[in-house]
Amino acid sequence: MSAFWSWWITLIALANILACVWLIRWTARKRPDEKPSHETTGHEWDGLTELNNPMPRWWLWLFYISIVFGLIYLLLYPGLGRYEGLLGWSQYSAWEEEVESMEERTAPLFAEFAERPIPELARNDEAMQTGRRLFGNNCAVCHGADGGGRTGFPNIANNYWQWGGEPEEIYVSILNGRQAMMPGFGGAMDDDAVEATAAYVFHLSGREVPEDLISRGEEHFGNYCAACHGPGGEGNKALGAPNLTRDEWTYGGGMDSIMTTIREGRQGRMPAQKDLLGEDRIHVLTAYVYSLSMDQRNEQDDEDDAE
Amino acid sequence: MDHSVIEKNIGLMAVLIALVISVAGLVQIVPLMFLSETTEPLEGVEPYAPLEFAGRDIYVREGCYNCHSQMIRPFRAETERYGHYSLAGEFVYDRPFQWGSKRTGPDLARVGGLYTDLWHEIHLLNPRDVVPESNMPAYPWLADRTINGEQIAGRMRAQQRWLNVPYSDEQIESAAEEVDGKTEMEAIIAYLQALGTAVERNR
Repeated sequence: MSAFWSWWITLIALANILACVWLIRWTARKRPDEKPSHETTGHEWDGLTELNNPMPRWWLWLFYISIVFGLIYLLLYPGLGRYEGLLGWSQYSAWEEEVESMEERTAPLFAEFAERPIPELARNDEAMQTGRRLFGNNCAVCHGADGGGRTGFPNIANNYWQWGGEPEEIYVSILNGRQAMMPGFGGAMDDDAVEATAAYVFHLSGREVPEDLISRGEEHFGNYCAACHGPGGEGNKALGAPNLTRDEWTYGGGMDSIMTTIREGRQGRMPAQKDLLGEDRIHVLTAYVYSLSMDQRNEQDDEDDAE
Repeated sequence: MDHSVIEKNIGLMAVLIALVISVAGLVQIVPLMFLSETTEPLEGVEPYAPLEFAGRDIYVREGCYNCHSQMIRPFRAETERYGHYSLAGEFVYDRPFQWGSKRTGPDLARVGGLYTDLWHEIHLLNPRDVVPESNMPAYPWLADRTINGEQIAGRMRAQQRWLNVPYSDEQIESAAEEVDGKTEMEAIIAYLQALGTAVERNR
């Protein structure tokens, strides 16, 4: 704020307060030609007259108290141009104090969580309560409150992972985000080829499809799809190419959806949370996401043990 | 002078009332028109690109400001949820500004980049598809209606000529071609994705 505008505000504001004082005193003062109280103003309407008493004293005092309050306030708090007030208060310093005092309380908690490995943290009730809130505020809007996903947003509660389900992989997915890069093949393949390929993909997850489509589709799949999704459609976590052999679909598993995917490609994007949440919170969040598929993980472990 | 002089002379009274009322405006409003904090763009704040500009008009037309504010106040509860508090220099090209005054839905001042384009599209077509408990209306017509490029170029020209928004002539000339025929959905998503991105969301 320039000196001119600072003085402009200060002088007008103070002059205004002084003018109020003057106005009160001027109107409250008895004038020589006025008789004592209970006199009227001289107005008369059908015999009704108007008393011209001075203002009651308590009323006058309210005005004076307001003026004194205003002056003290302007002395303590910023209000007069560039003057910062004796208390040094500003809305930004107040915000900083609030954030700092909260940080002092929560930082040790998150620091403690940050030291513990994710699978262990995923079994810690206290940490998971915090994790659930973080998830609700930041993740549920796409992945659903239960992590079950929606069309276009993967289910992250079933232990099928597009980008990997190990703790470090989940952590990196949240921290830096992910960008899927499936190109569209509508230009390279004609409608028949798209349909045959879609039928082959449909069949990969164990569903019935006419034989002739499968054999034609398999060839196209080898040419266009196997580079990322693998020769058997088992996927590639490093590229974020989903496993196509399980009946689990981000964009829908019907023939129409698969054909649209092949024609137009899919570029799903998970936004990076690093700058929004910070590493310690993401650590807790990773543990919470890990915990969502805990049951399935345990089942899988049991199966592995059985084998 | 007696106060009966003022009470009996309505013209004089009107002038004096105007004088008294204008004091607050002189102190609180007039200086804001000359302060660099409020009149100059914050570093990195650019005028809206043509498609974003078109999207902004749709935002106003659909009355989004009735339920969504674009003003993050400097309280921890707000900065935790929405990001860095709003700064005056972010709004210099907003005419009229979209601060709003009521939050039936969340604040949108820094919604840019928070969700993907696909999310916004699904959400605008039917909010319940991504947020089951949402009470926001659906806006399916945005996907069908297209934008008239000439109209957008004309509005940008008006902003440049009358409101001193620093659009270059080349920008305005290419604007019509750039946005013509795009859907309103694309435009409003472009606008939403640009909101608040000039300042780091980081707290």
